[in-house]
Amino acid sequence: MILAKIVGTVVATRKDERLLSTKLLVARPIDPRGKAEGSYLVAVDTVDAGFGETVLIVSGSSARMASGLKDCPVDAAIVGIVDTIEVKD
Amino acid sequence: MQLARVMGEVVSTMKDANLAGMKLLVVQPLLASGEPVGRTLVALDSVGAGVGENVFFVRGREAAFPFYPVEPPTDATIIGIVDQWSTE
Repeated sequence: MILAKIVGTVVATRKDERLLSTKLLVARPIDPRGKAEGSYLVAVDTVDAGFGETVLIVSGSSARMASGLKDCPVDAAIVGIVDTIEVKD
Repeated sequence: MQLARVMGEVVSTMKDANLAGMKLLVVQPLLASGEPVGRTLVALDSVGAGVGENVFFVRGREAAFPFYPVEPPTDATIIGIVDQWSTE
């Protein structure tokens, strides 16, 4: 899983029918110290995350194991809202 | 599987129901020489690893298998604590 910060939302009217009523968010991966890294991605939100929050994103086929995403065409799902990150220097 | 060092811990209260009670650790993949390589990631722990330990972890869909029959949504899980390793 990767850490990311929510930086926006995506609205799509025309989309795969298995994505109907899912919430799509734009996320920017970050390192454990909060520094942005890599490129933006669109992820399906399964935990009611919001703008500015730090979240856990699961990628690849594992994303379909998130709640409510069985058999959905999804490769990135937000599965947790991060309270704290503690790293040893 | 990949070698990594556990760098820290992540706390999350609001998370997928199948992640309840599971430990989330920040891991840094390592080269055989012990040098860090690539980006850090967050992995589930299935073996009781702690910060500062060297471990190996599995990526992808298989990362959920150690928790069978529960299927947590994870793409990385620590499946072993490394006592020592050597390369020729």
